[in-house]
Amino acid sequence: MAYEPVIGVEVHAQLRTQTKLFCGCATSFGLPPNTQVCPVCLGLPGSLPVLNQRAVEMAVRTGLALNCDMTPANQFARKNYFYPDLPKGYQISQYDLPICGPGWLEISVNGKTKRVRIMRAHLEEDAGKNVHDEGGDGSHVDLNRAGTPLLEIVTEPDLFSSEEVDAYLKTLRDLLVYLDVCDGNMEQGSFRCEPNVSIRPQGQEKLGTKVELKNINSFRYAKDALDYEINRQAEVLSDGGMVQQETRLWDVHKGQTAVMRSKEGAHDYRYFPDPDLLPVIIDPEWMEGLRGTIPELPAARLRRFKQAYQLTEYDATILTNSKGLADYFEACVKEFPHPKTVSNWVTGELLRELNLSSTEPESSPVSPERLCELLQLVDSGTVSLKAARELFPELYTTGKTPAQLVEEKGLLQVSDEGSLTVLIKEVLVQFPSQVEQFRGGKEAVLGFLVGQVMKASKGTANPGKVNELLKRSLSS
Amino acid sequence: MALFKLTLKELQEKFTCGEVTAAEIVRAYLLRISHVEPKIKAYITVNPKEALLERAHAIDDGLKAWRKTEPLMAMPLAIKDNICTEGLRTTCGSRMLEQFIPPYDATVMKRLNAQQPLILGKTNLDEFAMGSSTEHSAFGPSRNPWNQKHIPGGSSGGSAAAVAADECVAALGSDTGGSIRQPAACCGVVGLKPTYGRVSRYGLVAFASSLDQIGPITKTVTDAAIMLNAIVGHDPLDSTSTNRDVPDFTKSTKKKDIKKLIVGVPREYFAEGLDPEVEEKVQDAIQVLEGIGGKIQEVTLPSTARAIATYYLIATAEASSNLARYDGVKFGFRAKESQELAEMYHRTRSQGFGPEVKRRIMLGTYALSAGYYEAFYGKAQMVRTMIQRDFDAVFQDVDLLVSPVMPTPAFQLGERLEDPLQMYLSDIYTIPASLAGLPAISIPCGLSSKGLPIGLQLMGRPFEETIVLRAAYAYEQATDWRRKRPVIRS
Repeated sequence: MAYEPVIGVEVHAQLRTQTKLFCGCATSFGLPPNTQVCPVCLGLPGSLPVLNQRAVEMAVRTGLALNCDMTPANQFARKNYFYPDLPKGYQISQYDLPICGPGWLEISVNGKTKRVRIMRAHLEEDAGKNVHDEGGDGSHVDLNRAGTPLLEIVTEPDLFSSEEVDAYLKTLRDLLVYLDVCDGNMEQGSFRCEPNVSIRPQGQEKLGTKVELKNINSFRYAKDALDYEINRQAEVLSDGGMVQQETRLWDVHKGQTAVMRSKEGAHDYRYFPDPDLLPVIIDPEWMEGLRGTIPELPAARLRRFKQAYQLTEYDATILTNSKGLADYFEACVKEFPHPKTVSNWVTGELLRELNLSSTEPESSPVSPERLCELLQLVDSGTVSLKAARELFPELYTTGKTPAQLVEEKGLLQVSDEGSLTVLIKEVLVQFPSQVEQFRGGKEAVLGFLVGQVMKASKGTANPGKVNELLKRSLSS
Repeated sequence: MALFKLTLKELQEKFTCGEVTAAEIVRAYLLRISHVEPKIKAYITVNPKEALLERAHAIDDGLKAWRKTEPLMAMPLAIKDNICTEGLRTTCGSRMLEQFIPPYDATVMKRLNAQQPLILGKTNLDEFAMGSSTEHSAFGPSRNPWNQKHIPGGSSGGSAAAVAADECVAALGSDTGGSIRQPAACCGVVGLKPTYGRVSRYGLVAFASSLDQIGPITKTVTDAAIMLNAIVGHDPLDSTSTNRDVPDFTKSTKKKDIKKLIVGVPREYFAEGLDPEVEEKVQDAIQVLEGIGGKIQEVTLPSTARAIATYYLIATAEASSNLARYDGVKFGFRAKESQELAEMYHRTRSQGFGPEVKRRIMLGTYALSAGYYEAFYGKAQMVRTMIQRDFDAVFQDVDLLVSPVMPTPAFQLGERLEDPLQMYLSDIYTIPASLAGLPAISIPCGLSSKGLPIGLQLMGRPFEETIVLRAAYAYEQATDWRRKRPVIRS
């Protein structure tokens, strides 16, 4: 029997605030254990939470970008459970009144556009981290991360393949990065995804029993885990079995999912409104002000890049996939208004170096201004395209200016007729038989002769000029 | 007269005019404590003499340089032991926090300390403020200074007993369902619960967050106003504290009449279960209020009978969550020799909490459980709103409400320990104002035939502490009850 998977996704996005959700501690990553803590995020007796207004702003901007109905008076609730990394014995989250209500996000899969319904998005604080000794003689708790703001974004079960999930995750991640509310780093856990998946016979309306997947920290794993799980469920059903409602962990090394907790093990979280925090009132005027701070989003930018710059779908997609790269491109076009050329350089030489050094476009050592200087040198014929290309990695690593490098390496292109004519005369004397062939009508030999002149100039001759002068010499 | 017999205002005047020094105050009070404390057991922790004298000398030495004195400078105060004091053990009357030394001061402590008082120590309470008698303290009960066989009330029983026994000049307590007013009534002193949101809760170890409020326990109404002045005001660290303007509350303790004030007498507070002696004293007090210009009017608060049930759902639900942090992982007590995590949690919480705390955690956990939430917690929130509306409605017609504080005078130690429901009923008249967040005061209005104090409660509109204090002061001046002091035989 053919089965159809039905998938919903929960994403926990860490918001890029300077401080935690309910106290003034920093949110930086990778500091020594328990060094970014205070009475509030340690859950000391008597401490009280105070809501970080920046986190509310980020949640509202995200909600607006996801076309959500915002909840005018939303509320924090306590989610009660015991765990060593949860200092208060409850997590401050949102329950029946999340900050963002229903909305949607448009994704594109195999050239087709589709709308994924967002069920809700709510603010909550992150937990700390349990650290277990290698030798097994003890466990420790690091509460640096406790209280870091998260926005949990939940879809309706609107995704029907691992490819759609992949597209949704990438589109959402790009959106959050564009909004500058999340750094989107999956490995560091700033963008965590927990898909839930059930399968049903093709054509059946009723949903099957769903399984939640955890421990997925890359786009690859999301796809692999879902493909594995869809197959596993299909096998269970084909064997006449029943899929159990449970939470399963993705094991990267085995390439399998394994049961973490069954439905019976599910907690009763005893949610109730947090009496330490007032309802969050979203003032309509304030919200409209925030709407004005939302930058052009990836989908709109892609459309504009194709129209305004006459770029191919492929180039425009690469450029707009990353806000940093798109910004870089547009900064260049402002100085050097040849979009196609700029696009070739940005998606080619620049992106290659960025990838090699795992650098974000924003922190590229070659600024848009520098790149434009180089492009101008090519455009004016001062340096050859080939030389410029070869030069680029060094430009990237040394931090020198294009003019400096060109001069240092003697790459200034020779266009001066006098010096070129000297070189040409030498070559014509050196290769008499080829000259004969050309004059006999075999014009293809011209390329060989141009090459010899270039070689004699050690690559500094302007090839166009050489071509022109050679033709003139040979026909005289 | 001995220094320890003075009111806060009297002692302040003596200190300000240079008649006594801070060091003399410390010595006098520590001597008094050494005489009386073995009988009363008001304190869990008394600050060491050396530390107190060092503070006192610093105050005395600096006095000339400062020229100006603050109202609480050198005043010997006691603090309920659920208010965090930096560097000074804060136990909440629990084994769980027996060794807990807070690394920070509660906001009220920061505000008090800005005036350079002398913090004599931390007072006894029912564990985590859950109780009406201090018998639920892990450190043993405090005694009523009027009769040591009787309870001092609770949960702020240590603070009330310390004030009544002259072991401090004034104290801070906390009130969740009557925990300032009821012990003040039991001990014959003044106890004020401010409007919810008036005083910062930051650093008050939470019992029930939507009800908890810190307030003063003092010898007179004027002293209560002086203390309130010191602790009120918006605190950015407490989202539930309001940023309303704060008046000078001592201005409300000048006039000796209450002309033009309409005083409501809620019928439901004089119904079945009220001790006849208490009723008689409260009726006498109502006549006094009329005599000093108050217009008396009977009113009805129909939801009153539902208040106790509502309170014991909301307060326990919040408590079950607030007390989850005492898990043995980060601070406080941890049971020894557990093999794994669940066992460690179980043993720590079984051994670290006393029976009343465990009872309330279980009640609250149940009230929030899936399938029961709507029937219990959800319903209780609705009834709480009804109770608030009752008050809103009567406060259209009256400026104040007058009632008993407690149905009986202080009962005997052990009398209700085995009967939690009887114990809970002792808060029947104080709980409604807590649920509605209203300001309310308890002032002495007589003695029972057995010589135990009886308290009068005045409740006001939200943020109208000024009216409550004005009426309480006028009543106090019209009667002699404040001059009656317990005699503690050593």
